[in-house]
Amino acid sequence: MRLALLADLHANLEAVEACLAHARTQGAEQVAFLGDLVGYGADPGPVVDRVRAGVEAGGLAIKGNHDEAAVRGPPPSMRTDAARAVTWTQEHLGPEQLAFPLTVERGERLFVHASAVDPERWLYVLSSVDAGRSLRSVTAREVFSGHTHTPSLYHLAADGTMAGFRPVPGTPIKLSGLRRWLVIPGSVGQPRDGNPAACYAMLDEASDVVVFHRVPYDAEQAARKIRAAGLPGDLGARLELGS
Amino acid sequence: MSTQRIEPGAVIDGYRLEERLHQGSMATLWRVSAVGRPTLVMKMPLLREGDDPTALVSFEVEQMIMPTLVGPHVPQFVASGDFSAQPYIVMEHIGGGSLRSRLEETPLEPEEVARLGAQIASALQALHLQHVIHLDLKPSNVMFRSTGEAVLIDFGFSRHDRLPDLLAEQFRLPMGTAPYISPEQLQRIRNDPRSDLFALGAVLYHLVTGERAFGFPTTVLGLRRRLYRDPVPPRARNPRCPASLQEIILHCLETDPQNRYQSAAQVLLALRNPGEVSLTARAGRLKQDGPLTVARRWLRTLGNPGEASQTTAGQIARSPVVVVALDLVASSDALRTDLRTASERVLGMHPGARLACLTVLRTSRLAQDVTIDEEGRNLRVLRLVELKDWARPLGLAEGRLTYHVLEGPDPASVLVDFVRENRVDHVVIGARGASQLRRYLGSVSAKVVAESPCTVTVVKVPQHGGEDTEERSDLEALPR
Repeated sequence: MRLALLADLHANLEAVEACLAHARTQGAEQVAFLGDLVGYGADPGPVVDRVRAGVEAGGLAIKGNHDEAAVRGPPPSMRTDAARAVTWTQEHLGPEQLAFPLTVERGERLFVHASAVDPERWLYVLSSVDAGRSLRSVTAREVFSGHTHTPSLYHLAADGTMAGFRPVPGTPIKLSGLRRWLVIPGSVGQPRDGNPAACYAMLDEASDVVVFHRVPYDAEQAARKIRAAGLPGDLGARLELGS
Repeated sequence: MSTQRIEPGAVIDGYRLEERLHQGSMATLWRVSAVGRPTLVMKMPLLREGDDPTALVSFEVEQMIMPTLVGPHVPQFVASGDFSAQPYIVMEHIGGGSLRSRLEETPLEPEEVARLGAQIASALQALHLQHVIHLDLKPSNVMFRSTGEAVLIDFGFSRHDRLPDLLAEQFRLPMGTAPYISPEQLQRIRNDPRSDLFALGAVLYHLVTGERAFGFPTTVLGLRRRLYRDPVPPRARNPRCPASLQEIILHCLETDPQNRYQSAAQVLLALRNPGEVSLTARAGRLKQDGPLTVARRWLRTLGNPGEASQTTAGQIARSPVVVVALDLVASSDALRTDLRTASERVLGMHPGARLACLTVLRTSRLAQDVTIDEEGRNLRVLRLVELKDWARPLGLAEGRLTYHVLEGPDPASVLVDFVRENRVDHVVIGARGASQLRRYLGSVSAKVVAESPCTVTVVKVPQHGGEDTEERSDLEALPR
């Protein structure tokens, strides 16, 4: 099965559509949505509709911290802009629309939004050490996550050596069966690495080959919608910069 | 892991083991057959307890890299088996023997060494263009097709620019083969394609002298000697080695990658055109450097190694071979000046670039005595003088420039062949102006653009008022 991996969509419909269209050209048969479907962007409803449709077609979706906040209300630790977007999202979505599981397991693969170490604490995987902790806390051979918004690939060798790699878009990478892997496709709806193009990845489950992609999309339009919705203007501006 | 017996007649995923070809310290090679396929080779890693752990990781690396490689200079990848069952790689069977079998005949004739070297350089350039550095180039890893092309095998220590480097993360010891490993690999730098050029130099040294440039050290200290101790010059060991070949070999064997050729294509150009190699002090050396120089170099090795912060693709892009093709008979002064300006622009962007100035002597298909014109002067020499005169204002250092007077009835074909054989990256050529002549001969530049496997810049002198005529003539010259 060819599975498209979309993380941190953040209610950015333009980016989601662009990635889904690109994934179709790459032969995607199903989609895995890795959490943070909403928050920041102006299209929570239409984005959740796309996610629902993807799940009905045999794909999967898990929830992220922004999705949870949109149900329970923003936690006190949340940044002001993010909290305002969450409150706005709460007014536009019913809680039942965001009822997704915390993790999904499919064979040797685990899908979880943040670190697999106690998923509800939403710990960031920002280094090889974090990635090692996440992988060692579960038995799945491969873990697919979001949350950090930076496309990354970590691998854990049989002797315990853990290392990280910054993937090059468009390069197929065979995930060797001799080690364990943690894949972070990067953010669809709010890239933060200085490149405004949306991030996602494709996984061929049969051959265990993963390809990271960057997809340029109409970020100006997404930003315009954010401003028109009365959300903080900075949330739109950062989309155009990819920051 | 599977418990399947590995013996002749056993079948793994449809591949029947026929004959064990080779038992190495890290892997076993089998000749295998499969229905409807030519003979293939299956490589299996050694998985016994106590085997070298690098063997397994090397095998992972090879399983990652081999499927990404294409072209005549690598064995074609067919299939691989996962570690959950029996790990293997099935690939094309290369019939001929490896270069190792030639070591018994060393020293080889220098022309033969240059020929073999050019084949290997060509293969290395093809590999580097695919983002891969071999990092274990040695005679036993070079095979030859019946058509002559060199085939590089064993990518277990290789590095792919765009894939995780599993070996660097896990092992602290330098990986490579003692007689050929580059100084920077000893300092654990694994991302410099010029490391392969050092190994190529060591291979050529061995072929032309019959001896290893740095012996066969077995300790890290012994290996590190090459960081400060220069090899005995090849000509001191084999007086038949020409100065140009010594220049090329020692240029490859420079300790600092910055002082080597900057790409395999540049080595290829030198090996194919020995008469054009500019000879430096390297060419004349007949003994090793004195103790003072060596001591100074040794002191320098105590500092931290400079980090090679480049990618293979970047290194190649920075070091192109540029050809400027000149028509010394028909082109105007204005066009020659514009060609120089265009060449300057291309070179200005790439400080590592080499410029090959080239012209073609048009010969009739029948005549034999074309190189002597009516005044009895040797046309080739005249053209060479003219090429040098054209290039002088560029002010390029000797080593960055070569001159070539080629011959043939069809200048475009001669030029395109040169571009292919020397793996040229960029051609600068003038458009022939509007003329009756061109109407009959066709456009050389159009053919070069169409058939060259690289970027071509066609230089035109700006037309004042006559643009329409020029355009029409251009179209008429193209095949319809």
